[in-house]
Amino acid sequence: MTEAPIISARGLRKVYRAGEVDVHALRGLDLDISRGEFVSIIGPSGSGKSTLFHILGGLTPPTSGSLTVAGYDLLKISEAERTRLRKTTVGFVFQKYNLLPTLTARDNILIARDIAGKPVELDADFNALLDLLGIRSRLAHKPRALSGGEQQRVAIARALVNHPAILLADEPTGNLDSENSTAVLALLGDLNRRLGQTILMITHNAEAAAYAHRIISMRDGRIVPND
Amino acid sequence: MINRLVFENLKHRPVRTLLSALAVGVQVTMILTLVGISKGMLEDQAVRAKGVGADLSIRPPGSSAIGLSGNFDERILPFVLKQPHVVLATGVLIAPTGPITSITGVDFPTFASMSGRFRFVEGRPIEQPDEVIVDDYYAKEHQLHPGSTVKIFNREWKVCGVFEQGKVARIIIPLGILQKLTANTGKLSVIWVKLDDPARTNEVIAELRRAGLAEYQIWSMADLISQMSPNNIPVLKTFTAVVIGLGVVIGFLVVFLSMYTAVLERTREIGVLKALGATPAYIVGILLRETALLAVFGTIAGIILTFGSRWLIETLVPGSLTQAIVPDWWPIAGVIAMGGALLGAAYPGLKAARQDAIEALSYD
Ligand SMILES: Nc1ncnc2c1ncn2[C@@H]1O[C@H](COP(=O)(O)OP(=O)(O)OP(=O)(O)O)[C@@H](O)[C@H]1O
Ligand SMILES: [Mg+2]
Repeated sequence: MTEAPIISARGLRKVYRAGEVDVHALRGLDLDISRGEFVSIIGPSGSGKSTLFHILGGLTPPTSGSLTVAGYDLLKISEAERTRLRKTTVGFVFQKYNLLPTLTARDNILIARDIAGKPVELDADFNALLDLLGIRSRLAHKPRALSGGEQQRVAIARALVNHPAILLADEPTGNLDSENSTAVLALLGDLNRRLGQTILMITHNAEAAAYAHRIISMRDGRIVPND
Repeated sequence: MINRLVFENLKHRPVRTLLSALAVGVQVTMILTLVGISKGMLEDQAVRAKGVGADLSIRPPGSSAIGLSGNFDERILPFVLKQPHVVLATGVLIAPTGPITSITGVDFPTFASMSGRFRFVEGRPIEQPDEVIVDDYYAKEHQLHPGSTVKIFNREWKVCGVFEQGKVARIIIPLGILQKLTANTGKLSVIWVKLDDPARTNEVIAELRRAGLAEYQIWSMADLISQMSPNNIPVLKTFTAVVIGLGVVIGFLVVFLSMYTAVLERTREIGVLKALGATPAYIVGILLRETALLAVFGTIAGIILTFGSRWLIETLVPGSLTQAIVPDWWPIAGVIAMGGALLGAAYPGLKAARQDAIEALSYD
């Protein structure tokens, strides 16, 4: 591959201060992700998977090492620039409670446009994506009137509405039954194939991980060879 | 978009929204009712003063338009009558019967020639020494009719007539009787003076001062009435300031609590908004708009409640209190409510803006 990786981490460390003790969530992590890849990240609980995502997505700064994400140097940038990274470059999907409960599905998507300072409307391309996600007819509903699978698909739509370079999905199917899981995973595969969307997905489930091109294992805050 | 979120958030917790707005409303009503009562009572007093039909009034040294300070010798009256351009002069004695109530002694013959006869809604003028006349407001409040008795100064009085309000006072007995009863024989509280030419009022006032009444408070009717404004009553100004202060504190506390609980219960949503790239200003903006909307609802509710409090006063105590509706104060009360509310939202807003997105996004 000639193109520079969209994510490049070297010796990445993250230390959380939890009261008196330091928690070393990442302990010298090296990682390269190319544009257009679909990567699964697996590993035991507490191995630092979510921490890695929070750092990649600019929710918290790394402690040391080096990391660039889509041209942003995460060790140097300011809080305001990290906010901009979240707004323009990454899209997050979490395990559950992704949506604002007081807003309809459509407004949940539109508020991401509003936050990004873009026109608060959905264009034709995006409507096609909604068709692909199978939620176009569900947009007038509030989250509590949607199934878990539909909620996750709305969350995916919202994460993509500002055309982020990277989609970060932290156990997107962790809260879904197998039927809905399969649908959401197939969709992520589709998005990657058809739109070339770069996707990083955390999962505990080996079957789910298999939807990706590449599986990365984490343990104790580092990447370990797959066994 | 953000407005829709604000609106939906308020709708999401209708009871909290309603109670917060209502508390802001009570604060607004408190201020508006106080201001309305101050204005209403003083306007009433002005109407009664005008009802005398005089061109100027003489009060004892140290008095103000609404507060009298002691009484003075009634022998001033003939002296005043001798002055050029003075055609009529009548003296009244005012004796307090409570914190805001008083009884007035009137010299009926001279008073009637200045002010015209009392118009009786019921009954007739005073004929016996134990009789009293009251105005229709006072009669309504105390359910008095000719034949009723009232107790004033530990004495039973028989109401013989109810007159149309707007004449000097609400409770009236003959001057001589009140003078004797209150050990004020030969004393007056106010002298009302009528001139042959009202245009000469200032001239006559200057003349009276020169002729020996320099220390007395002598006001033309116009000056007297313009003095009857809440701004000229220091106690009222202080009281209003206290009520405004209290109102701000109430609004502050209620909105503080309401927004604080809102921030706590929306921890997760705030985390989601941050993950979407919302700046602290965006998140604070949501809370401030919710707060501002609460204050607007509250102010409207408060203004409506003011009509309710006026109705209550008119129905229950028309003789003691009068409340005016003072639209001039609506925007002022609104700004005060908004100020207290935004102050209350400041800390919750700060908390929301500073909230750690990662902690908010953890599941347990
Ligand atoms: N905000 C925080 N403050 C302090 N310690 C934290 C914080 N977030 C995570 N940690 C700690 O960092 C370590 C890694 O946590 P992380 O959530 O990244 O693990 P994970 O791989 O996502 O686990 P899981 O599979 O259970 O989601 C854990 O020991 C965790 O307790
Ligand atoms: Mg995790």
